[in-house]
Amino acid sequence: MTAFMQNKPLLYGTILAVAVAAPFVFPNFQIQLAYLWLMVLLATTWDVQGGQTGYNSFGNIVFFGVGMYTTAVIQRAMFFDFDEYEQAAGTLDAIGASDYVISLAVGFGASGVLCVLIAIVLGSGVLGLRGHYFAICTLGLGIAAGEIAGGIDFIGAGSGLVTPVFPDGLGPKGTFFYFIFFTLCAAVHFTLKRLYAGRFGLALNAIRDDEDKAEAMGLHTTRYKVTGWAISAFFLGIGGGAMGNLIGFIDPVDTAFAGATFGVWMVLMTILGGKGTLWGPVIGAIVFHVTQEFLWTHLFGWQRVALGAIIVAIVVFFPQGIMGYIREKHPHLLGLVVDKSKRQEEGAA
Amino acid sequence: MWDNALILVQAPIFNVQLLIDGILIGALFALAAYGMAMVWGVMNIINIAQGEFVILGGFITWWLSTYGVSPFLGIPISFVALFAIGWLIYKIVICRVVDQDLFISILATFGISILLQQLMNVLFTADVRTAESGLGTMYLFDGMVTVSEIKVVGFVLALILGAIVVVFMTRSKMGQAIRATAQNARAARILGINTDVVYAVTYSLNAAICGAAGALVVMVWNVQAFQGLAYTVRSFMIVVVAGLGNLPAVVGAALGLGALENFAGFILGIEFQMAFIFSLLVVILVWRSLRLKKQRKVLR
Repeated sequence: MTAFMQNKPLLYGTILAVAVAAPFVFPNFQIQLAYLWLMVLLATTWDVQGGQTGYNSFGNIVFFGVGMYTTAVIQRAMFFDFDEYEQAAGTLDAIGASDYVISLAVGFGASGVLCVLIAIVLGSGVLGLRGHYFAICTLGLGIAAGEIAGGIDFIGAGSGLVTPVFPDGLGPKGTFFYFIFFTLCAAVHFTLKRLYAGRFGLALNAIRDDEDKAEAMGLHTTRYKVTGWAISAFFLGIGGGAMGNLIGFIDPVDTAFAGATFGVWMVLMTILGGKGTLWGPVIGAIVFHVTQEFLWTHLFGWQRVALGAIIVAIVVFFPQGIMGYIREKHPHLLGLVVDKSKRQEEGAA
Repeated sequence: MWDNALILVQAPIFNVQLLIDGILIGALFALAAYGMAMVWGVMNIINIAQGEFVILGGFITWWLSTYGVSPFLGIPISFVALFAIGWLIYKIVICRVVDQDLFISILATFGISILLQQLMNVLFTADVRTAESGLGTMYLFDGMVTVSEIKVVGFVLALILGAIVVVFMTRSKMGQAIRATAQNARAARILGINTDVVYAVTYSLNAAICGAAGALVVMVWNVQAFQGLAYTVRSFMIVVVAGLGNLPAVVGAALGLGALENFAGFILGIEFQMAFIFSLLVVILVWRSLRLKKQRKVLR
């Protein structure tokens, strides 16, 4: 086990092999598996604020929603007449496969850039706020975005927006988006791994530990926080764009700015897995998603009640999360788990 | 949007209507905000579940009224019921996070807020509920301005309730203990105050005030399972603008917010009223952060 965890090529190779094989081994669960990688993406990006920087952000869902809308609007603008699209609402013929891929790529790019811009503009104002203020402010942001999107006719207002029909010739829809999400997750993972190992990770952790001191030492704390938020926003925007196309229909409050589902889940998954670690959110997301898929339907409408109870229970009784627990209670395992991230910690802690 | 603004200029009497409605509602915001400031000041916890307490109080009153209990009787009943619920929540959750850092406590109350919200959704469904008080409508300015009597009664009751709480805080022994703990918890403990009980009473009293406010809200307006967060955000805005422990400013800010919200709802259209509240929060906080930054420049 130890050797396995420390042998990085072997570890990553195994993950890659399992991830690539999964949709073909379980062809009936492709959509669920794609969701799994989305969950990993949400949790990992939330951890940049919630775990590494120590800032509770309840508003990261904003970027998810903005990305979703941007991608869909760009796809619409590239290949359809606005009025025709409005009337036909998804019954139009599918566009060609290559057109679809190109429009998706352009949409992703635009989503990422737009979300980064929003993060920078908003962040310069909002991230000057400390602790309480930032948390509540982002809470307001998430809901304001949903309410505003629900009132804009250009993006379908409250009745929602339909994304282009998935074309033939790209294989099954589930597989296509499964690999998009998987690629995104890998990109996020290695980007953050690289960043946490250097000065950037150090700075974020310094902000978490003692922001005043960090500032007194000469760190431009707001600048670091904004950069961190922009990185989260970039990947969340692209993830949102892919999610919109996977679902096929964008509702302002239930899918795009879904504070009650994805917005809460990303927080829950991160603290469950162990905030402030690279692998914690991944583990948390997998545990949460698998549990959810198996147990959720047995709860008969009490799922979201259970969700609130689980958050309270984790925060109060299990605040260190799964990774933190392993680190605390099983030092022999810890040796290897931390060893893997030790290089980062020597840089980061 | 501009048409609506133009109406206000052409028919100034509408301004009076909106102003009166807004101020009468604002008193209810003041109650919830006072409770939030109390918990914040004493325990250094921002209670995100604040709005859920308000809605829960409203639902209890509505539920009783379906059995023929007068909604006015619902005010004391909600007060007592929410006091008990607040006590329970304190004993199970809050007492374990009260001396931990902000990160933990804010997540914990966030979880409680979701728990209560979804619980109410399951128990009372997502319908909008209102309790009939059976009062009529008053006409002012030759019938140009209509004021439903329940709004006036609710306003007066809110002021009375607020006055009772303030008297409790200044005169009673427990009230003094709460204020002492707010000033310096460690010193209070040394002087023989059981701060654990003080915290429990503070949190429960806050829940109770919110519950009573909710009972008024369901009579004056309506409640719905997912509206809670709006009340949390309103309370938070009021406290941020007014400052902690500044009672006249809290009342002033609350009445002002009520009026502002009404005007915004009229000008932007009612569907944007919620968007306005949450956007206003962002604007206020950013403005506050910029102002603080300016002050820091002087210190450099």
